[in-house]
This record gives sequence, structure tokens and C-alpha cells, in this order.
Amino acid sequence: MNEPLHRSLGLTDEEAEAIEEILNRPPNHLELAMYAVMWSEHCSYKSSRLHLRRLPTEAPWVLVGPGENAGVVDVGDGIAAAIRIESHNHPSAIEPYQGAATGVGGILRDIFTMGARPIAVMDSLRFGRPDDPRSRWIAEGVVSGISGYGNAVGVPTVGGETVFDNTYAGNPLVNVLCLGLMPADRLVLGQASGEGNLAVLLGASTGRDGIGGVSVLASASFGDEEEAEKRPSVQVGDPFEEKRLIEACLALLDAGLVVGIQDLGGAGLTCATSETASRGGAGMEVDVAAVPRREPGMEPFEVLTSESQERMLAIVFPDGLDDVLAICDRWDVQASVVGRVTVGGLLRVRDGIDGPVLAELPAASLHEDAPLYDRPRHPPADWEDLKADAADQLPPPEDVGADLLAMLSDLSWVYRQYDHMLFLNTVVGPGGDATVLRLKHPATGADTGRGLALTTDGNHRWCAVDPRAGTAMTVAEAVLNLACVGARPLALVNCLNFGNPEHPEVMWQFSEAVDGMAEACDAFGIPVVGGNVSLYNESNGHNIDPTPVIGLLGVIDSLIRIPPGLAWSEGDRVIVLGAGSAELSGSLWAASLAGHKRGRLPELDYEQHRRVAGLAAGLVADDRLSAVHDVSSGGLGVALAEMAAVSGIGFRGARIHNHADLFGEAPSRVVAAVDPELLPEVEAAAAATGVTVARIGLATGDRFAIKGLLDLDMSAITDHWRSAMSDFAGQAQ
Amino acid sequence: MTTKVGVVVFPGSNCEQDVVEAVDTIGGFGELLWHKDTGLGDVDAVVLPGGFAHGDYLRTGAMARFSPIMDPIGRFARDGGPVVGICNGFQILTEAQLLPGALYKNRGLKFLCQPTMLRVNSTGSVLTRGLSVGDELNIPINHFEGNFICSEQVLAQLHDKNQIVLTYRDNPNGATADIAGICNESGNVVGLMPHPERAAHPLLGSTDGALLLKGLISGD
Repeated sequence: MNEPLHRSLGLTDEEAEAIEEILNRPPNHLELAMYAVMWSEHCSYKSSRLHLRRLPTEAPWVLVGPGENAGVVDVGDGIAAAIRIESHNHPSAIEPYQGAATGVGGILRDIFTMGARPIAVMDSLRFGRPDDPRSRWIAEGVVSGISGYGNAVGVPTVGGETVFDNTYAGNPLVNVLCLGLMPADRLVLGQASGEGNLAVLLGASTGRDGIGGVSVLASASFGDEEEAEKRPSVQVGDPFEEKRLIEACLALLDAGLVVGIQDLGGAGLTCATSETASRGGAGMEVDVAAVPRREPGMEPFEVLTSESQERMLAIVFPDGLDDVLAICDRWDVQASVVGRVTVGGLLRVRDGIDGPVLAELPAASLHEDAPLYDRPRHPPADWEDLKADAADQLPPPEDVGADLLAMLSDLSWVYRQYDHMLFLNTVVGPGGDATVLRLKHPATGADTGRGLALTTDGNHRWCAVDPRAGTAMTVAEAVLNLACVGARPLALVNCLNFGNPEHPEVMWQFSEAVDGMAEACDAFGIPVVGGNVSLYNESNGHNIDPTPVIGLLGVIDSLIRIPPGLAWSEGDRVIVLGAGSAELSGSLWAASLAGHKRGRLPELDYEQHRRVAGLAAGLVADDRLSAVHDVSSGGLGVALAEMAAVSGIGFRGARIHNHADLFGEAPSRVVAAVDPELLPEVEAAAAATGVTVARIGLATGDRFAIKGLLDLDMSAITDHWRSAMSDFAGQAQ
Repeated sequence: MTTKVGVVVFPGSNCEQDVVEAVDTIGGFGELLWHKDTGLGDVDAVVLPGGFAHGDYLRTGAMARFSPIMDPIGRFARDGGPVVGICNGFQILTEAQLLPGALYKNRGLKFLCQPTMLRVNSTGSVLTRGLSVGDELNIPINHFEGNFICSEQVLAQLHDKNQIVLTYRDNPNGATADIAGICNESGNVVGLMPHPERAAHPLLGSTDGALLLKGLISGD
């Protein structure tokens, strides 16, 4: 079949016409290829931009909001934190190891582009169920890829989440968050200005890998037979190159030699040159012949759209070029002048610095003139019926204990493979409610005595039931996770993973989720400082459940002891802070054991939530709790069982009347274990803040028992918890 | 006088700042050395830190042993100067034949980052000279290739000359004779897979690593 070139590049007929209007002539092949990658869904956010504007983005401590390579916030003591989260879902579906590895590489570059040293990575991973061989292959490959790349590049992977559900069987989610620190006065923006300044390409040579990755992979859906032929669009990562690139770039910034710097990610050199030029209100002449190549015979369009990894574009003063080259030489980083900044706003590609012009277009048109779609959206036709179908009507479990055991899994097989301790910051690593890092000054190393807390959270079950309320509850859960380590929230980044935006139901889910996030962020006073949208998470006609994933950064004002964590002690009283209704809709129990994702979510009361979070954070800061854990997936039952499993000490409980009490996931609740002597004080503090406290039992012995509901041997709890993933992870020794 | 500890940076090293921080914390003075340096300046001890020197693409430590700084380090070691290789540094010391044996992939064929319990097996090394045989230390590991192997002859010598410095209580990686760290015959060159610098601050859950590093800066 002979389809027009623009269509095979992923452009619609209307988009091709718009390009012709901009240029006042038909584009040539190279120009068309450049527009195709820049106007792809991945680069242009053409289906989502309209909605993202509704998110709150401002706060006095926000230094850089959405739109740059990363969000930046002031965390005090002259330190700024850069944070970003990004998806690498589609590459990971096709080539799990490299897809995940390059996902880590890409997000690191976004951070050191801003002038910050990356200090922590978090991964939010979602796969099909482990009994599906293909999902196991993907999960093992992704975890190995993160381990292989992240460990070698020398940035610790300090936390994240790993979720298994059928909805991701054909389309895994690999969302990677990176946090970096810099002196607050060293913020660098990805812009080119100053006529005559030079564009220097740093790092790896350019090859044919990843050509059109953003348009071919990330902006279309898959069927099985298409995956094999898309494999060459996945890039290959080299962590050693990236490590040297990080050191060289930070050294260039330290020496004040760069005007602006930009990573080469999606859409490669086309994106980096046009973005830096248009941000700086300038133009650029690019010499395609000067780009070092990995193989002979590459066409200009391949060079301009290749997504070869580990490359950066630095805009430098001509006078400083020798110093730039010397620093790059020290780190064995290849550096080549590939362009110069011009006035007038045109991006002009030549073959040789004075050679023939291969492409000429307004740099800003690749960004600002990108299409903007208000795609049709509407709720499912049977939305009212779906809401009426509550999980509470499901038949109760025959054996509550067995259902509880089926929901337990220890994910340490994942994070044991990640270096999570490098840089000596990790006070609470993976496996807790939130990660806690010591906050040291990035230039002097001086310990501020304060801490940063990080969590990533997503809940596709809640969002499948109600994308708006589910997203709001996800934000609320993240706030509570931070509270459990004594932190208050500072800034949020999001990774919005949805299905095919051309389906009105998916677009409705997206719009609803944005509104839910906006509502919750407003209520908690949290600015959204960056985000990433991943659409077309659809395979063989199946859209994933809506999965907005959020990363929340918080601060701990005085970090003088390790937060209590999940492990309780013999004799502790176990209480629940906060009250909630016993509704099962959206719960892990309903979804994983009965395949039910309908009904109405339990209500989220923001005022009550703020009180519970404030109380929990205060009690942690005052060292009044011996253990603490927020109630989320799996409800009270899983929270208690995890605390028992981690500590190896059982639980004797009462006043949990039925399976809905045990497995319901009403928000704004925290389980706390308290030394009996401190109990009156804790209860008084709760009363003073208007938070309900329920005494539900005692941490003791070697049985996990709840009166009238279940009675399990602790060995059953720990065995199930530990072994759920052991075969899968190949840990049998 | 403050002990000056030179910490060598190869391209791909990543634990160098951590070692400097830990050394500073316990009263020493850490200074970075570049792998292309041809001398060690006036340092009193040398640490080869963890990481992935030169990417470790060929074999761990195989490229790093050819870096120019390895010549003066060899001389320094033969003259009795304290040289400690941590993790990747241990791998480099075996490649450079400053220590015997080699480090294979872990038995479970997975990278492992986790706390381990160690037992002091010899106090004849520069790291353990302030400790007692049988002391238990909680110090994390972080490696893919930490499975120590050697010939039976070498193992016999390690036993006979009291060169097995640290052993694992629960062997995580399949290392021969549970070996976590060894030294040369005179005890001034030590290699260990666990990371003592990661256990030198109360907020990190253990300060047992500081007990080892103090051996470096306490002087003779």
C-alpha cells in the first residue's frame, strides 16, 4: 500500500496541511519528519494540554513549575530540589530491560539539565499478573534494567511501588521519578540565547536506534504482530556513558561555561535544538554533518530524529569552548560543535556549516503551533448502573483468613536489586510508607539536620471505579504516606497513564482525573510542579484502567531519629487514628478476589484528612509511636498483617466486625502501635485535634487473630508474605 | 595530626564522596585522587571506593588496574601503607594482584543491596586492629559480583596466615568459606565487599562501619 509520507510518520491529513500553511510551501521529507516527532502526542501533549491547565501550579516555594525539564522548589538552607517523573511504558512493553534502563537514563538527564545532581530515583511499576509468563518476563526484565542501569550510573533507587493486575497484561507501566539537589542560586534553564554562541553536542554518537520512538512507540497502540517490527525503535542504554556525562555536565555548570543545557530525549536533536532556541527567543543553525555517528550512511532525517541515549546539547560561549572541551576530555566525553545560535527564530539545518540548507522552519512552530485537541469525552453509557453496583453486595468470603493471606506479598525481591543506600542519605528506604532522605547541602555536604520525604502512589482500582474521586484519594494517600514518616508535603509531580485518547471514555477518565487531582491539590495546598502524560496505553483493543501516578515530595523539619516504620513491639497497643466507613467498592479485595471494579468510593473529607495527617506527623515527630502504617490497598487487614510480618510479632484484635471492616479502603486512616504508657497521651493528642481513635488490639505473641473473624498462625502470615513472589523472582537458593 | 585518606576516583566510581564523608565524620580527612594521577601526594592511607570503574563492562576491575594511579598504589602498599578496597575497590585489588582470589557473580545471579551481619575473624588487618575476634558487625552489601573464590591452596594460606578478616553470618552470595573480606600477609592491604561507609551514621541504622574505618585513621 502506498500511503502518503505524512501518514506513515504518524501525522494526520489536517496536521500536514497546517505544516504547509506554516511554511507557505510543501515541507520536504526532513522537515516533515521533524514536525512528525515534535507534534507527536508524546512531545506535544496535544490531547492533554487543554486539561492540564486546570492544575494548580503555584506556591511561594516553587522556583520552576511545569513546562521545563523538571520542576524546582526551594527546600530551604539555600538548597533547591529538582523533581520529575516520566513514563517509559511502551518501550518497556517491547524490550523490558532496555526500555526500563533508558527510562532511568532519560529522567536523570532531565534533572542534571537543570543544574541539579540526581540523588534519588523512585520507580512506579505495574505489570500483568505474575502467573502470566509474558508478564513475568516483562517484570523481570524491567527490574533488571532498572537495577543494571541505575546501580551502575550511581544514583540510588530509594523506593517506589510494584503492582500486579490483569489490566496491565499487554501494557505494563514503567514510571520513573528522579530527585536532584542544587544550590538554589545555580538554576539552569534549557535555553539558547546570544547570537554566535555555540551548540555543543555532548556524549554518545548518534545511531539509528530509537528513530521516531515518540511517534511510533509512545503515541500509538499495539497489537501483537506489530511489536516485533517496532523493536528497533527502542533505544539502548549505556550507564557508564551517562555517569561520565553527569560528571562532565555538572563540572561545566560549576565552571559557569554554559548559557543553557538541554538533554536529548524524545525526538532527539530536533527537540533539543528547537526547544532551546525557541525558549531563548532565538534561532539556530545546525550542521548535520558535524554530528558524530555510530554508523555510516545515515540520512539527515535519521540523525535529526534519532533517540540515541546519553547525549546532551550545551549552549556555550565561543570564548569558553576550549575550557568546555578540556572538561569533557577529562571525563572522556565526546564533544562536538554542531550549531550556533542565530537571531530571527529560524531553525536551519545544513549539510556542512556553509553547506546546502536541508531544512528551514520557525523553531517555535515545532512547539507553539503544535495541534491542540479538545477530544470528545463522555462517561460510560452505563455509568449510573456501574455506580449502583456496590462491592458490598458481593458474597462475603468463606474464609476471611485465606483472603487476607492471598493479598500479602513482600516486594523486597525487587528493591534488594537496587542500590538504595548510595550517598548516605537513605534513612528510610524502600518498603516503608515513604522514603526518608537526609538533606545535605549539595555543594558543601553540610548536614542541615532536616530531611526530605518522597512517595509515589497510584491506584488504578479506585480510578477505575471513579477517576475523579480515585485520583483525589491517591493524592490524599500520598499525603498520609508522608505524614507517617513525619513529613509535610511540598510539591507534586504526576505521570498520567491512560488508554487511547481517541476513545471518548478514556478522554473523560483523563479529564475527570485532572479535576480530581486539582481539587485535592487545592485542598492540601500542594502545587503541581511537573508532569508527564502517557496515552495510548492500549493493547489489542484493551485500554488500561486509568492510572494517574503521583510523586509527592515533602520535608521533615527536624530529622533527629529514624521514623518508627512498620515494626511494632511486643505489648504495644494497636489503635486506628481516623474513622472511616466500611465500603468495599474499589478495594483490593473486591478487585483481586472478585474481579469487581464498580460502585462508589468511600467519601474523602479533606478537613478530616488534614487533621489525621497532621496528627500522625506530629506524633512521629514527637517520637510517640512505636510503629505506624497508613491504611490503603487491602484495608486495615493488610496494614495490620504487614506490620505483624515485618516485626515477626502477632496481633490480637477485636472490634473489627466483618470483612468490610477488615478490607474496606476508606481514606484518612492510620494504624499506630503505641507503648501502653504513652497511650493516654496519644489519645489526648487525637482528641485535641478532633480525630477519632479506636483501640483495636494488642501486638503480641505468635498468632494473628481477630475475634470472631480469623485466627492465623504467624508463620502463615510470614510465609505467605515472603513466598508470594519468591518463585517469580528466582530467589530460591 | 589528622590522618589524610586518599580516595581514588575512576570514571564510573560512585562511592567516593560517601567514603570521604564517613572518614571526615570519624575524625580523618578524606581527599579525592584522580585515577590518572601518577603520585599519591602526602596521603596516609588509600581507599579504592565502590562503583563501576570504567563501567565494569569487561570484568569488574579489569580495566581499572591499568589506570596510572595503580602504580604508585602498588608501591605504597608494598611499603606497608594502608590500602583498602571496598566492593569494586576489592575487585580492583584482586585484578591488580595486590590481593589473591577473585569475585564472581552472586550465587542467586541477582544484584543484592541489603544489610548483612559480619563476624570479625582476624584482628591482623589495618581495619580490624581495634576490634576483637568474634565481634559482630551490621554492615550492608551492595553488589552483583561479591562471590569470593580462590584456589584451595590460596584458601589454606588465607587460613594459615590469618588473612580472612571478615566473614558473613548468613552467606548472601555464595562466597567461599563465607568470606566477606581478606587482607594481605602483612595486613596493610584489605579488600571487603560490605560498605563500612554506609554504616557510619546513627540515622543510617548502624555505626558498625565506623569501627572498621577507625582502624585506618588511628595511626600506628
